[in-house]
Order: sequence, then C-alpha cells, then structure tokens
Amino acid sequence: MATVTYLEAISMGLREEMLRDSNVYMIGEDIGVYGGAFKVTKGFIDEFGEDRVMDTPISEAGIIGVCVGSALMGLRPVAEMQFADFISCGFNQLVNQAAKLHYRWGEAVPMVVRCPSGGGVHGGPFHSQNPEAWFFHVPGLKIVSPSTPYDAKGLIKAAIRDNNPVLFFEHKYLYRRIKGEVPEDDYIVPIGKGEIKREGKDMTVIAYSSAVHWALEAAEQMQKDDGISVEVLDLRSILPYDKELILQSVKKTSKAIVAHEATLTGGVGGDIAAFITEHAFEYLDGPVKRLAALDTPVPYSPPLEAHFLPNKDKMLKTMRELAAF
Amino acid sequence: MATKKKLNKKPVKSKPAKTQSAAAAARNRQEKTFLRAADLDLEKFEPTNEQKKDLYYYLLLNRAFDDRVAKLYRQGKIIGAAYGSRGQEATSVGSTYALGKDDIVGPIIRNAGSIIVRGLPVKNFLSNFVGRSTTPTRGRDGNSHLGDLELGVFAPISHLGSLVINLAGCALAFKIKKQPRVALTYIGDGGTSTAEFHEGMNMAAVWKLPFVCIIENNNWAYSTPTSHQNLTPDLAVKGKAYGIEAIVMDGNDVMEAYRVSKYAIEKARAGNGPILIESKTMRMKGHAEHDDAFYVPKEQFAEWQKKDPIIRCEKYLLDHRVITAQENEAIKARVAKEMEDAEEFALNAPFPNSGDGVTGVYAD
Ligand SMILES: Cc1ncc(C[n+]2csc(CCOP(=O)(O)OP(=O)(O)O)c2C)c(N)n1
Ligand SMILES: [Mg+2]
Repeated sequence: MATVTYLEAISMGLREEMLRDSNVYMIGEDIGVYGGAFKVTKGFIDEFGEDRVMDTPISEAGIIGVCVGSALMGLRPVAEMQFADFISCGFNQLVNQAAKLHYRWGEAVPMVVRCPSGGGVHGGPFHSQNPEAWFFHVPGLKIVSPSTPYDAKGLIKAAIRDNNPVLFFEHKYLYRRIKGEVPEDDYIVPIGKGEIKREGKDMTVIAYSSAVHWALEAAEQMQKDDGISVEVLDLRSILPYDKELILQSVKKTSKAIVAHEATLTGGVGGDIAAFITEHAFEYLDGPVKRLAALDTPVPYSPPLEAHFLPNKDKMLKTMRELAAF
Repeated sequence: MATKKKLNKKPVKSKPAKTQSAAAAARNRQEKTFLRAADLDLEKFEPTNEQKKDLYYYLLLNRAFDDRVAKLYRQGKIIGAAYGSRGQEATSVGSTYALGKDDIVGPIIRNAGSIIVRGLPVKNFLSNFVGRSTTPTRGRDGNSHLGDLELGVFAPISHLGSLVINLAGCALAFKIKKQPRVALTYIGDGGTSTAEFHEGMNMAAVWKLPFVCIIENNNWAYSTPTSHQNLTPDLAVKGKAYGIEAIVMDGNDVMEAYRVSKYAIEKARAGNGPILIESKTMRMKGHAEHDDAFYVPKEQFAEWQKKDPIIRCEKYLLDHRVITAQENEAIKARVAKEMEDAEEFALNAPFPNSGDGVTGVYAD
C-alpha cells in the first residue's frame, strides 16, 4: 500500500495499463514534454516514447475522432481533454460516432476520454464545468467519476479495459487535496458498481465525485449534532449507475438525497430521483431531495462561486429538511 | 445547362496594364501564396507623429498592465490563472489602433492591449483579474474575458477558434446592414488547428465579409511548438486555401503592425472580402504565470529579446525625434502612475455580493 493523492492514483493506473498492454496509448494537448496541464502524465513520454504519448494540435474533434479510428484498428486510446470544458469541441465525434458505432455495426470502440472537471478552483465559466449530464443522455457511452484515490486508480484501469467509450471525469479540486491508500498491485473497480462509503440507517445520500466528500463531512456532523445516522452511497459510475445498491440502501433508510456538483436542472440527480420514486415509492418516508449547483454558468469571483456551488453546509441543511419528515 | 455554358465562355480580357512591369507585378502578386509588408504600398497608412506617440503609450501601458498582473499573481491576489502578452504587445496595439470607432474587435488572451486601446480604463480592466464588481463582467468572468459593445469589444470564451466565427458573424451583419464597419479578431498559432477557425475563415471568405483575422504566431501553444501544430512554417499560407489575401507582418514592430492592419482593415471595409494576417512574434513568458516555460530554449528567448517591441519603438521615436528624452520620461511616468492608481482602485473595489450571480442567465 502507498499513500498517494487522487492525481497520483490516476497516474499510477494509467502507467500500469501502459505497461500491461502495448496497445494502450495516450493522446492529448501538452501531455508529452509538459506532462499535461495538471501533470497527470508527467514522465510518460520519457518512459513510453512519442508514439505512445502523443501531443496533438489543438483539435478536440481530431483527438476524439482519431481515438475512434485507432480503437477500431486494435489500439486502446486514452485521450486527455486539457479541461473537461473543451470536450464540447469534440461533441459530435463522441455522441454520434463513438457512442453509436457498436449499435450500428457491432464493432467495439474501446477508448477513454479523461476530463479534468469541477469548480472551486476559481476557473470561471470555461474552466470549471461538470458536463457529465451532456453525455448521460447518450446511450452507448459510459461515464465514471471517482471520489477517492483507490477508486480513481481502479476505475481508470477498468475504463481502459472496457470495450466501450468511457468518459472519466476527474475532479480538479480533489487532485492534490485528497490522499488515500492505494494498493501498488493490479486491481480494478468495476464500472457500474457503487460503494457504501459510510453506513447509516436514517437516510441515504447518493453522490459522486466531490459531492461524496461534503456528504461524508455533513453525515459526521449530523451524527454528532442531531443524532441522525446518514448512509453515504458513492456511485463511482454514473452511466450505468448501480440501481441495485441504490434500492438496497433506500429501502433500508426510507429517505434519499441525490447530490452532485453539476447544475440542478437536467442533471444526473433528476434521473436517479425518478428511478427511486418509481421503484421504491412505498418505502419512502419523504420526498427524494436533490442538492446541486445553481442553474447558472460557473461564476469566477469567489463570493459568487461559493454561492453557486453546493457544499457541506448546504448538505447539512438539506439533510435536516429531509430528517423533519 | 446554363451554368456550364457560362463556365465555358471565354474569359473577357482585362484591360491591359499600364506598364509591363506593373502587369508583371500584379501577376507576381497573384501567384504568391502570401504577401509581405514590403510587397504592399503602405505609405499612405503611415501613422502621424501624434499617432506614433499614442502607439508607444499604449505599448507601455499594455506592458505595465501585464507586469502588474504578474506581480499581483505572485502576491496571491489574482483569482485563478494569470495570462499575459509580454513580447506581443505591438500586434494587439498596432492592429486595434488601426480600427475605426464603429468597428469591433474580438480580443483573446494575448490581447490585453486591444482592450486598453478600445478605451476600457485599466482600473476596471484590472478589477476583472481580482474578481471585483467594478468590471463589465461584475465578477462573473475573469482575466481578459470581458466584452463591451459600446467600446466595440466582443468578449471571448476560452474555447480557441470560436471567436473567429463570431466576428465573422459581426461582419456578416455589417454586410447585410450595409454598414461600413469591419470586424477584427485574433487567433494563436495553436488555435488555427481548431475546426472553428476553419469554419469561420471559410464562411468569411465565401461571403466576402469585411473581416480581418490576425494569426499571432508566437512559436508556442502552451508547451507545443508551432512545428507540432502545423507543417508549414508560415501560417499565412492558409489564406490561399480560402482564396483570400494573406500577409505576413513583423508582429514586434508596432509601426508595421499598424500599417499592415490599417491596409487590411480599409481594404476589407471597401468590400474586397476578408484578409488573413500572420504576425510573427514570440511569447516571452510561459503560457501563464504558473508556467516557467522550461521547454522553451533559452537561446530562443534571447534572440527574441533583441526584438522587444517596446525597446524598438522607443528607439525609433527617439532616433526620429518624434519624442524627446524628456517626453519619454513623462510618458513612462504617466503609465506608472496610471497602473499605481489602477491597483489601488482594483484592490479596494468591492467584491460582488454572494447572491449577485443568480440573475441574468436569460435576457428579459
Ligand atoms: C478548444 C480549446 N482547447 C484547449 C484549450 C486550452 N488552451 C488554452 S490556451 C492553449 C494554447 C494556445 O496556443 P495558441 O493558440 O498558439 O495561443 P497562445 O497561447 O500562444 O497565444 C490551450 C491548449 C482551449 N482554450 N480551447
Ligand atoms: Mg501560440
């Protein structure tokens, strides 16, 4: 076991997969000599050479498009978007070409698109977004988003081995702030499987990525201050999400909050809330609540951004509202 | 088929050129992939002495502004990243200064100079780097991401290439409304690799829009050298593919940047379609303040330092007696004072109230 940051865990996973399978290669802007804008692939070009660690022109449609082509020819590309926000420039290649290819001609498209996402870093409207919901609506894509170093390493490895296009949302705020123990040997975290990060009996918070952290902090405080026991379910995978685990937990606690950092309307939380009411209605003792960012672009100035983002305090408030039922 | 018939028609002979050499020159021009400033008759676009002083003042202010941002960044006072334009001031200043009052410019991250030339006070501009309410974005966006239609400034988004299409759109409106206005924007050498750059240039070309696009070839796109971005060393060759005029200029000479831009802007205004300019220049720092540019060879910095646009302009003005040494000191003092006041203003300006960001997602 080694104690590493969330960022180092992703890096470890990528490196292990590069060593394990010579068909795996990395592609993106400034990922070679510079090691990526966040240094996730630092040193990779020296270890694996330019053919497997490819710096590209500023061409997101190009990056994602060549991933599709080369995946069909037997490679397993891992693309890096410099910021998740720039994935919009490669949207067509992802949602129309990559996502629908297997359905249309039965050929697999094993590729990963890594997306450094999330706010709280004063990046403003174009360096802070959580765009997973844009892709949640697209059959054929898979989406994962880890909250811990252990899950980050296990999920990036699972994503690379998966035979489908997988979007890997890695949260910039967590990169260097979250540390944890990570086995140095091979393991994967299966796509589609959530995990109970904290056991509880009075309510369930279903969250992923940064939201897991404020859910855990708020749960701790609810226990201490209000004597309420909160279960925290980390989805880890957003598409597909772990329906079985959600039902199991909600049937036990009878109360549910769905939390994410992305904006509220049309977000992933709405679908999960609908799923719960459809399948566990008779178990519920209150409405399924959602906690998410406000329905605006991500503002830049610190007071505006703090107001925009969900956080531990807003989580506590939501928990108390639900506990009142 | 009517169209075929038309196509098969023998081309009408154009009037014979006045002299043999003029005809040869015209042919030569047509065959060239792109032109250089020396190929153009730029005499009538020579700035007046007053304009030359203005250009120098704006260069100094652009540099002082960037230096102030860098200083505040090191002090931890800038919100987020800090992008500068050191080494590239002459391109922004010279070209934007060549615009008319009713024209519009779309500046990107290296074009702080354009925003300053269009008249946004530096105190309000600096406020945008420290997230205060005293800026056109009221803290909603940061650094040089701001717009002000009254000043003729179109706000950029981060996504490179996008503005090329948007400014072509402005130019389309000028054409439809028969207004004698021109749209100008910039793109980096790296940005020319985007799909949107291509779509915008092509539309502007086929519709012959009053549009000027300046490629700032500063040798680097973050850590990626231009040679990894594009196979041809001159990005101006792209103009040929769109069927438009393309010009290479010395982007570190503010007088040349002014003359070439003025030529292009007025030609576009006259209805001759868009012009692509490649400005040869150099990013004299890292991509932003957080980047120490370890990947840039020291010799390259040293070589370009000799072509520093401000030192060159200063020398020119003194050598040609456009300004005296005394006047020079006075201009420098004025700029220093302006930046001192701007910092004082920006750092003491109020942050927006936390709830201020919830309105305005939609227009009424
Ligand atoms: C579509 C898109 N992809 C990636 C980025 C991230 N990015 C910001 S600036 C930059 C390099 C730009 O290089 P260049 O166009 O040459 O402009 P310069 O910074 O040299 O002025 C990159 C990759 C972006 N802004 N937009
Ligand atoms: Mg560049």
